[in-house]
Amino acid sequence: MKKWILHKTIIYVILLLGAVFILLPFLWMLSTSLKPSNEVLIMPPKWIPSKLVWENYKIAFKSAPFKRYFLNSVFVSAMVTVGELITTILAAFAFTRIKFKGRELLFSVLISTMMVPSEVLIIPNFVTLSKLGWIDTYKALIIPWCASVYSIFLLRQYFFGIPEQLYYSAKIDGCSDFKFLWMIMVPLAKPAIITLTILKIINSWNSFMWPLIVTNSEHMRTLPVALSAFSSEAGTDFNVLMAAATMIIIPVFIIYLILQKHIVAGVSRTGIKG
Amino acid sequence: MAKRWFKVKKTAVPVIIKKIKKNREIKALLYLLPALLIITTFQIYPVFKSLAMSFYTDFDYLTGEVFKRGLDNFQYVLTDPDFYLALKNTFIFVLGAVPLSIVVSLGFALLLNSNIKLKNFFRSVYFIPFITSTVAVSIVWRWMFNKEFGIVNAVLMMLGINKINWLTNPKMTIPMLVLLSVWKGMGYKIIIFLAGLQNIDEKYYLAAKIDGASAWKRFTSITIPLLTPTLFFVSITSVISSFKLFDEVYVLYDKQTGPLKSGLTIVYYIYNKFNRYWQFSIASAAAFVLFVIILIFTLIQLRIGQKKTNY
Repeated sequence: MKKWILHKTIIYVILLLGAVFILLPFLWMLSTSLKPSNEVLIMPPKWIPSKLVWENYKIAFKSAPFKRYFLNSVFVSAMVTVGELITTILAAFAFTRIKFKGRELLFSVLISTMMVPSEVLIIPNFVTLSKLGWIDTYKALIIPWCASVYSIFLLRQYFFGIPEQLYYSAKIDGCSDFKFLWMIMVPLAKPAIITLTILKIINSWNSFMWPLIVTNSEHMRTLPVALSAFSSEAGTDFNVLMAAATMIIIPVFIIYLILQKHIVAGVSRTGIKG
Repeated sequence: MAKRWFKVKKTAVPVIIKKIKKNREIKALLYLLPALLIITTFQIYPVFKSLAMSFYTDFDYLTGEVFKRGLDNFQYVLTDPDFYLALKNTFIFVLGAVPLSIVVSLGFALLLNSNIKLKNFFRSVYFIPFITSTVAVSIVWRWMFNKEFGIVNAVLMMLGINKINWLTNPKMTIPMLVLLSVWKGMGYKIIIFLAGLQNIDEKYYLAAKIDGASAWKRFTSITIPLLTPTLFFVSITSVISSFKLFDEVYVLYDKQTGPLKSGLTIVYYIYNKFNRYWQFSIASAAAFVLFVIILIFTLIQLRIGQKKTNY
């Protein structure tokens, strides 16, 4: 019995150390973001500031148009998510309930595109967008990301799990395909759809390379791009810089706190790609 | 429609069936159109365009006019010492980050799987880095690794170790990126491993215990073999994502590739050629090399993924 307790204690200690390792950067970020300037660059560092300087957040907010960047990020993430959900739901329906010619072939073609790393697509896509005159517009940030083979694949799997009899009985009752999809399929597939939504919002909110490449003017930047630019300007004002970093992490963190069950369930069910 | 279907059976079968089938194709097309339009334009067409562009040696990207084609870009890339440096750095990073993060994550997954009370709490904590912005956390890490006032050196000094020039010593670049990658990805891998571990039937362990197998023996002869598909999935996906390392380096070294280009990765090379020097076709050629590398790993995954259903 004693051995067993010792065993458990060791496990908990290791797990706790792991949690400290994970949380340390966030705590350090928060602590720095609330420090007065004269307590930032000191050795040994102070974990708890002598007074909490919320002012740093104000300074960060003022020193760059973060309000604009914030709105850009919110707008782009929202549009991309809505767009992707619509295209995904429609396509997944076609792939499960409409038995059209060449369905499996088309699906295989789409699946094979998942093998291509997005870095390969960036250059030709940039050229395409230049030709369309979309560079430095919201269109460039939103439209290319409004469909994803991966999401179609996941939702199709889920849709297949919904009994076909439901579809036929709805048909007999005179329900149109479109109505059936939105009134019955979508509500039934809610867990999958919620997972897709959250992951899309988070991915879009955090995405960096694409907005970095397709935006030129400052007012089109999303938060990660703006933060990266701001980090070069901030110099040694680490407290202000950490305040800015906190502001971009907080919204996603709140979403995560509220909906973490769905995220964890979604990831363990499917292995969302990193 | 179902009622009509019964009628069809009795009457002019071929004509009506043909009609329904025709409608089906049109209907399917309407449902698929939005997705197909975007996927074709931004995910399928560019694959071919990228390959084509890598052969352009003289062209105007805005008008799309191509004056000359050839193998010059590939020749350039494959003789560019920077490209080999990028390949080398990326491979070393992958070789360091993937095994280490798998061992660490598997270890934590095993601990979490052993009837731990706060299991969900720990799992949720470990997952946090995965959902936070890479740019934001890289900025935080840059501050943590600050030579004079960073927390990492402060801890080292407390332990009596000399300060390390994390951000200016080229030898420290890859270890630091590996550490960051383990930190960022372990929560994700833990979740996948936990899902895999939960699929292993408890009976095997019970039987082994009765036979007197040690914990290590149980681990090597039950857990590992039965976890192989999961291990394999995690390895390949993390190899692939590690090959794409870019954001962290870009932010950590403030738009540079690190001391002595020690953080120059393949994607960074592509990015520089493309966005800094506007050498689109050279960047495309390099991107294609990356594509081939990743394709090899993807094909291995598909191959073995199919085999796995056999047992």
